[in-house]
Amino acid sequence: MEPLTWTGALAFLNWPLFIVGLLMVATFIVSFVVPEPTVERHVMNADGTISAQNSGLTTTVNLALTGFLMLFVLLLVAYVAGGAIMGTDAGIVGGMSQRLLPVWISLIVLFAVSFMFKGSLGLYGKLFNSAVGMIGFGIVMFWVFTGIYGAMDLIVTHDALGQVSGMKNKVPGTPLRGAEDGDYAWYLLGGDNLARDIFSRMVKGAWVVVQIAPLATLFAFMVGITLGLPAGYLDGVGLKFASVPFYIAFILLGAALVAAYYFGGLQAFAAVAVIGTGFVVFLTLASLDMVLSFLANLILAFPVILLFYLLVTPEIVLTGLPQYMAAVLFFFPIVFFAILVHSRYRTQPSKNALYLAVVLIPLVLVYISAVNAPNSKITLFNFIDLFDIPPGVLVVFVSVVFVNSPTVFRIVRGLALDIKTRDYVAAARTRGERPWYIMLWEILPNARGPLIVDFCLRIGYTTILLGTLGFFGLGLPPESPDWGSTINEGRKLLSIYMHPALPPALALLTLVLGLNLLADGLREESLRD
Amino acid sequence: MGLFILRRVGVMILTALCLTYIVFFLTNLYPNLEKLAKTQGNFRMSDEAVASWLEKGGYLQSTPKKYAEWVGLVPSYRYTDDEGVVSGRCIDPGQSADEAPQFCGILQGNWGFSTVFKEDAGKIINERGIQTAKLMLWVLALMVPSALLVGVLAGMREGSRTDRTLSTFAITTTATPEYVSGVLLIAVFAASASPLNQWLAANDLIEGRTLFKGTATSAMENATFENFFLPVLTIALYGMGYIARMTRASMAEVMTAQYIRTARLKGVSFHNIVVKHALRNALIAPFTVIMLQIPWLLNGVVIVETLFNFKGFGWTLVQAAGNNDIELLLGVSVVSVVVVLITQLISDIGYVYLNPRISVS
Repeated sequence: MEPLTWTGALAFLNWPLFIVGLLMVATFIVSFVVPEPTVERHVMNADGTISAQNSGLTTTVNLALTGFLMLFVLLLVAYVAGGAIMGTDAGIVGGMSQRLLPVWISLIVLFAVSFMFKGSLGLYGKLFNSAVGMIGFGIVMFWVFTGIYGAMDLIVTHDALGQVSGMKNKVPGTPLRGAEDGDYAWYLLGGDNLARDIFSRMVKGAWVVVQIAPLATLFAFMVGITLGLPAGYLDGVGLKFASVPFYIAFILLGAALVAAYYFGGLQAFAAVAVIGTGFVVFLTLASLDMVLSFLANLILAFPVILLFYLLVTPEIVLTGLPQYMAAVLFFFPIVFFAILVHSRYRTQPSKNALYLAVVLIPLVLVYISAVNAPNSKITLFNFIDLFDIPPGVLVVFVSVVFVNSPTVFRIVRGLALDIKTRDYVAAARTRGERPWYIMLWEILPNARGPLIVDFCLRIGYTTILLGTLGFFGLGLPPESPDWGSTINEGRKLLSIYMHPALPPALALLTLVLGLNLLADGLREESLRD
Repeated sequence: MGLFILRRVGVMILTALCLTYIVFFLTNLYPNLEKLAKTQGNFRMSDEAVASWLEKGGYLQSTPKKYAEWVGLVPSYRYTDDEGVVSGRCIDPGQSADEAPQFCGILQGNWGFSTVFKEDAGKIINERGIQTAKLMLWVLALMVPSALLVGVLAGMREGSRTDRTLSTFAITTTATPEYVSGVLLIAVFAASASPLNQWLAANDLIEGRTLFKGTATSAMENATFENFFLPVLTIALYGMGYIARMTRASMAEVMTAQYIRTARLKGVSFHNIVVKHALRNALIAPFTVIMLQIPWLLNGVVIVETLFNFKGFGWTLVQAAGNNDIELLLGVSVVSVVVVLITQLISDIGYVYLNPRISVS
């Protein structure tokens, strides 16, 4: 079998693409020399001056640039579409395009449906008014679909962990040695140092990110919101002496002490006693904001990589520390939803109980299953353990949430400080609403714009953090196909073989770029309201 | 102002104590100590052998006591073996126990002994730190001017083609973490398999086989453009985008101010408006951002030093953390936490000085 070239039968398109690309770049450079195009006849500049209408030259250059850009994109689409039909006849690009066919179809359907109903879809629909936002959304959804279909074994050509002798470090398009019927006959993006298929590993790596990054970011948001809103909204000392929250704090402290003694023995008991009492005393003297901000700054002052090296090692997993942290961090969503429902339906006891049950029972079940694992430090709830998270994944997840929460906390706190001075908050206070109702049902909905934008950015940042962990070989098993680990493996032979490191590197780059563009588009559209 | 600084320094010391205690606690968990014993002794040690090794080193005391010893508030641990020989942290080899000081912690200037490098931890941190300081200096020298230039050019005419082009560039760099940009840069400029290098070499345009070097090990002795530019660029690129975007936002805001319009109506040229009127006010916000970016550079330094095999501070951190070298790791975290806190302090003070509208009280 012949090795594949990059474009195969579509190679006749290469020269046109090259020339159009060159022309496009040249026109782009020229466009900086001629005056800026404007839409109206006269345009008001920011500094109060007026620019005249477009000259003939500007219009020509602008038209040429748009034309070349469209031609360029059209040619690229021709490769993809041609490849999807012709498969490996159209070379490596064609082969990949055909494997990605389900992704293309899903993307087209998604965009078509969203476009049709964009008027009635709120902020999501408005996204389709902004070119930047659409490009970002397209890239993000490409990787999401790739990840999902990859996990369903639709796209991958070979086993991501399987090694085939003779395929070590082979260049892209090398035919599979000793291919049998039913095997995919090529390594589309070549083989890595252990003779595994790079294309399949890249696709499987997308699944790791799609699984962990959004969920970890969501948890970080739950923690940040639950702590940031009261920090920004509540004034005065954290715990008034001999008030109800004061006693609740003592009951919680007692429970924590019992738990520490039960799980960790006398030393843990002493540690929790000192830290907990100090915490309560600190809270009775200073405002909640001061205490929480100090803690957030404490975590933020830690170099992230040092924290990862301290938390994400097999030895630390043995001590059960990640599980304890998970027990604390995963509890925040439960608290959040409980308060969310209770503060709203407090005055309608029957509805309140029903909604609380509907929301909390599944959450508590998931919480227990996530925290509890057989043969580990927390085995109390083995009888209702629905699923187990592999310890490597759990520790990665927990540390990423832990690192992200303080930043979210600071953002939410800042927003709450800003919004609490608004009139509608004062009105709610005059109505006699409770503080938590105001925080969760007045302030939070009005802070959603910046929070959604930051959510997108933060998923990108979480993706980078996951890559960092993989890059240092922390957490996930060494053969894991996640992008960070593959980049780390590929970089060692980079000066001789470039092809193993580049696909995961470019994949990570495009996904994070897509998320940033999406955030930019969302910001633009939400500001337009 | 004096009171403000005093309070901040107080919070700083408290933060540093908390953070080092956390590091201390995590490195002193029993499985970590067991690993340390096995890497220092041998891997087939029995549990009793591990326990006696730890006992001898004083690792089995309670964590607060060990921490106080490390800080230098409590006399340090001594171990007397069966033959009556006393050994301990404060006692140098060849020194008798009576001559040795009782206290030897950070406060006495003793940073402890690195179990990986078999050297004084303070000395290692000093040597490696100088290497990294060199790297950081060049990164700042490259990053700050170019980020400000990009930001000012983009923000000076908001929404223009220059703005859109430069903003796209800034977004792309913030989306490219060091381990991606480093790999891409090495692949293009420092790999002999790269088409660019093959073309350059075939036409005798470069001396060696590649344009740049993919490793910066030689830059520790003798930094040249060839071996040092790629690591510097890699760190600078990631930090640059964020500063540029902040500068752009600040510049765009200033350009809509009334006094700029007044200047324009007076007939001041656009060039003079930007340089003389807008720039000064537009650079207040980026100053804070640059200072706060320095702790983030620390992360970049760790990644880039690993990627380019430059044996500086970040590389030491990875070695110390990977081998649970407790005292070296503590030293590294003390230094990095102090760097973080001092940059925060400078950024706060500088902000007050630069912006007359803000006061500390």
